[in-house]
Amino acid sequence: MQLVTVSGPPSSGKTSVILKSIQALQSRKLKVGVVKFDCLYTDDDILYEKAGIPVKKGLSGSLCPDHYFVSNIEEVVQWGRKMELDVLVTESAGLCNRCSPYIKEVKAVCVIDNLSGINTPKKIGPMLKSADIVVITKGDIVSQAEREVFASKVHSVNPRSITMHINGLTGQGAYELSTLLHDGKENLDTVKGKQLRYPMPSALCSYCLGETRIGDDYQMGNVRKMEMGDGHEK
Amino acid sequence: MKNRHLLKESIEALLEKYPFLGAFFEDNKLEVEGSGHLTFPEFLQGFDREAVEENAMDLESLEEGLVTYVEQMLSFLGLDREEGVWELTILAGRDKSGNPEGFDEITIRRSDIVSIVGPTGSGKSRLLADIEWTADGDTPTGRRILINGETPDKKWRFSSGNRLVAQLSQNMNFVMDLTVREFLELHARSRMVEDEEAIIGKIIREANHLAGERFDPDTPVTSLSGGQSRALMIADTAILSTSPIVLIDEIENAGIDRKKALALLVGEEKIVLMATHDPSLALMADQRIVIRNGGIHKVLPTGDAEREILAELAEMDSYIADMRTRLRQGEKLSKA
Repeated sequence: MQLVTVSGPPSSGKTSVILKSIQALQSRKLKVGVVKFDCLYTDDDILYEKAGIPVKKGLSGSLCPDHYFVSNIEEVVQWGRKMELDVLVTESAGLCNRCSPYIKEVKAVCVIDNLSGINTPKKIGPMLKSADIVVITKGDIVSQAEREVFASKVHSVNPRSITMHINGLTGQGAYELSTLLHDGKENLDTVKGKQLRYPMPSALCSYCLGETRIGDDYQMGNVRKMEMGDGHEK
Repeated sequence: MKNRHLLKESIEALLEKYPFLGAFFEDNKLEVEGSGHLTFPEFLQGFDREAVEENAMDLESLEEGLVTYVEQMLSFLGLDREEGVWELTILAGRDKSGNPEGFDEITIRRSDIVSIVGPTGSGKSRLLADIEWTADGDTPTGRRILINGETPDKKWRFSSGNRLVAQLSQNMNFVMDLTVREFLELHARSRMVEDEEAIIGKIIREANHLAGERFDPDTPVTSLSGGQSRALMIADTAILSTSPIVLIDEIENAGIDRKKALALLVGEEKIVLMATHDPSLALMADQRIVIRNGGIHKVLPTGDAEREILAELAEMDSYIADMRTRLRQGEKLSKA
């Protein structure tokens, strides 16, 4: 089984890109399953189900979604093996643009869209910068110039990646992506012992533990204050 | 990575030799000013653990990134100077049912216009994707794409700077909050053109030549009318885009002179593919590709009889355009 981790900001088109790519993989007689990670709610699993794709969903609820991802990924892999999948895709939203669920030696795809603004590539951390493949969507509704500028910004923060343009509506480009997702070379039995590509942010403060009151008296643990200047500036 | 020696040179020397690295430093939020005497790895060592964590930096991949970036930009700029793409050949594959396509091969050269017709869902997107991916018998249609008569280098598939196809479609909008001039500056910079001012001036001039109503360089791109936007997109794609092939998905016949628009693209030596069902646009092409059931059903040259029809259509178009102008000017319409 081959494992592929897909992530990207909310509404960037991850699910459409995955659905269209799976269609292409299925036409090559490959069995593909998806595990969708989200925080509070998702009904994307229904879309996958409708397309006849084996799917599981995991909602992190009160936990940090990426921490939740790492704590569950081994079980997810074992589910994929039990289902006798050729390709297992995990989909997760990068909620604060800081983390990435990418694992060393496991194919990592980041999906971002042309509409998200020209500075977005700068704002996204390891989720974009350490991806192997960057998929840029929604190119059909912005001008050619904006597509080119956006792609050049992506290129300068992640020059080593393969950049692809995919139209999630027509599926243009998805077949091509699918050929990169499954090369038949990788056979993964477990992710035990593998490492994340980038450590997650370290934070444990009173608010992580359920504190709701505001004020210095209630702040404990890893707390940092903004610099507000000396009060003399206008 | 063969160019690891770049990591032994000072940032100053690197910027001197490769000015485009300025964008790399800026986009990666690296303030190199005042650290020009350091090598890039020395500069990175200046970040303590906290700063690295704080900014979610990956020092190792930044080092490799710099080397890769320089290599790719050099090949990108080098390619610009080469002859590039002068012809594109499509070798037949099969349609959705597996039947062979109704042609053997079609070659399209620079400054040629080919129109594409066929119902929605018939396979226009697939054809375009095949071209963009430089299909080599490895897509569902089994088509092969040749560039300059040869099986092309796979770099066309993966390079972010050298896309083979630029697209212009009806649904496209400007989304940036910039004036026309700022917008073009940004695009020109991403392309690293040498004479920015001259090129920007040329694009604005050409766009105004195409648009029914003139616009000012200080107009925000989001305030342009539909016709003005299309005119600017076409002029910008013709003059500033690196892609040798331009795919047009319909051009609405309002607020823009479509004949001049095509002439501009052809004049800039683009290979033009145009999906349209508008007869006065489709017949402007030298030949047209008819798509059916996922495959190319046939390739038709535009015949003499059709050119006569095109002339009649042009008269009708100008009649409508004339009425539109008079309506806009507040006149009462009457038959000529």
